[in-house]
Amino acid sequence: MTVESTAARKPRRSAGTKSAASASTTGTKSTASRSAGAAAKKSPGATGGEPELIQLLTPEGERVKDATYDPYVADITPEDLRGLYRDMVLSRRFDAEATSLQRQGELGLWASMLGQEAAQIGSGRATRDDDYVFPTYREHGVAWCRGVDPTNLLGMFRGVNNGGWDPNGNNFHLYTIVIGSQTLHATGYAMGIAKDGADSAVIAYFGDGASSQGDVLEAFNFGAVYNAPVVFFCQNNQWAISEPTERQMRVPLYQRAQGFGFPGVRVDGNDVLACLAVTKWALERARSGEGPTLVEAYTYRMGAHTTSDDPTKYRADEEREAWEAKDPILRLRAYLEAANHADEAFFAELETESEALGKRVREVVRAMPDPDKFAIFENVYADGHALVDEERAQFAAYQASFADAGEGK
Amino acid sequence: MATEKMALAKAINESLRTALDTDPKVLIMGEDVGKLGGVFRVTDGLQKDFGEERVIDTPLAESGIVGTAIGLALRGYRPVVEIQFDGFVFPAYDQIVTQLAKMHARALGKIKLPVVIRIPYGGGIGAVEHHSESPEALFAHVAGLKVVSPSNADDAYWMMQQAIQSDDPVIFFEPKRRYWDKAEVNKDAIPGPLHKARVAREGSDLTLVAYGPMVKVCLEAAAAAQEEGKSIEVLDLRSMSPIDFDSIQASVEKTRRLVVVHEAPVFLGTGAEIAARITERCFYHLEAPVLRVGGYHAPYPPARLEDEYLPGLDRVLDAVDRSLAY
Repeated sequence: MTVESTAARKPRRSAGTKSAASASTTGTKSTASRSAGAAAKKSPGATGGEPELIQLLTPEGERVKDATYDPYVADITPEDLRGLYRDMVLSRRFDAEATSLQRQGELGLWASMLGQEAAQIGSGRATRDDDYVFPTYREHGVAWCRGVDPTNLLGMFRGVNNGGWDPNGNNFHLYTIVIGSQTLHATGYAMGIAKDGADSAVIAYFGDGASSQGDVLEAFNFGAVYNAPVVFFCQNNQWAISEPTERQMRVPLYQRAQGFGFPGVRVDGNDVLACLAVTKWALERARSGEGPTLVEAYTYRMGAHTTSDDPTKYRADEEREAWEAKDPILRLRAYLEAANHADEAFFAELETESEALGKRVREVVRAMPDPDKFAIFENVYADGHALVDEERAQFAAYQASFADAGEGK
Repeated sequence: MATEKMALAKAINESLRTALDTDPKVLIMGEDVGKLGGVFRVTDGLQKDFGEERVIDTPLAESGIVGTAIGLALRGYRPVVEIQFDGFVFPAYDQIVTQLAKMHARALGKIKLPVVIRIPYGGGIGAVEHHSESPEALFAHVAGLKVVSPSNADDAYWMMQQAIQSDDPVIFFEPKRRYWDKAEVNKDAIPGPLHKARVAREGSDLTLVAYGPMVKVCLEAAAAAQEEGKSIEVLDLRSMSPIDFDSIQASVEKTRRLVVVHEAPVFLGTGAEIAARITERCFYHLEAPVLRVGGYHAPYPPARLEDEYLPGLDRVLDAVDRSLAY
């Protein structure tokens, strides 16, 4: 299987040709010249030739064999498969509800995960309870797998807190907005696991844009140097807001692992079964002391970057249509139906459940109160701070000065 | 028996040793902190005695060091990170300001970040560029961080103990030109609060506030002024976040004059905040405006010019005279 099935992604310019030219001019790097030359022949968009794409379910829902990764899903039951389907449907429903709530003014912003359900549910379901997850701000599906109440994710987008859930409650760290920072936290946490002699593992989520950040590359390096039990799970959704992947890198993303001394693989990010298998493999490597793995889940951000974004300014509808044909939910449904693993009653019941979830999310969000004014001063420090105490008292006095004027609001 | 004379660097070394000894969760991390014992030998011998798992030589990447220290803290460790020199902290500034400082609040208090970041700082050692800076105000400005600096070996020992025990991130500025100054260290004493200022010399005519490397200069200035019949009180601030304004206020209500001294640039520095707050608190006590002595709004100069840039005895006394002349 190859990634060229991404028919939608027309290279914007002939990067391979250009780098081949510059490499031959300098004549210093024969490997660069060689690979760039190969790329120029086969695929002008990539400099590393045709990357392998791990796939267990085709877009049409056909199960394909893979000797390496089949063992990681060999014991999967029809019930498990229905579970994966349910997770994807419900997390998509939640995501859509959140987008609607933003449109209704209930949320200030929402970062949709639409299209990335397979990457998130497959990888999320590969983790064990004692593993630790470091998400970006778009891992709503992973949060779902970890058992985080989805309505907890909405607090920061509504503006009532800046995170707010207990990361240790589900071993799911707070959303991290500054791009890539969390990969270092994940690596440090994994170093701690190794020091403790535990066999847990850590998974760090990030995106194609984040792969340009120094912190991500430092995380790769620290992970490799200390052989930390961490899986670097990159959802390459093709777009960093308006910038395509060729603005971020000149080699297929997963190949960057090689330079750090650990394996990198590219998996069909819209194939939940393949994402599950590959992540299980990578987590097992981590547990058994084999160090980090880079998993590039090749997927597509079907929606906007956030509700504030307008993708029509930088990408064409045909691209999205091409990816819709590879929808992660549709292909698993096709497989379930063809294999008689799910009947109409299952799908109908799920539809009911989905509607109930949407209703609950709506109700919880609308009832979410504004925080107490004094929350500004809460938890700035664990051990307290004289200035914070002083300013809290000043703020209280100021607030109290309105008491006589009829109780403010 | 309880006290022992040692250099400031050695006092920090002993303090780290005590911490490693008493708390298995304490880790030392940084560039060259292992076999070499750090470029200033502050961690000398610690890796030999506690092993590579606890005294960790890291890749040469400051953001990576602090970022992974955050992860280790989330796992329950108490990392003590060394940044080799003041001017090298900025690759880690994002992790410190954006992640370390805010994470406790973002989690509504449900996680703690007991990370100490040691930074040898300040000039006066004839170093090359980026090795002599005083960036403390850039950290004190950030809510969520605590910022301290000892001026002597005894404080260095105890303040490091307290910083490591703190559940908040602490930026620990070490006055590198005082690393070799010796003083009595009493390891059996019960230390005062970490963020409380200390009266280093009592006086009645004017208060000098300083911290870290400038305390010694101010004590020398006070001794020189004494010969001219002026009684100068010297307050060793010790903590730049939080600042012990109560102690400054108490001193100023007595002396009615205040000069703040630091190596860092005066503009928007620690002294500016102290001047503003003390003006507010002591307006009717002050006989003169609060004056500041410090670095200029210019890059730290080449070593041959640093004596012109750094506040020395004469510049401090000049400010004392100007204040007393009001």
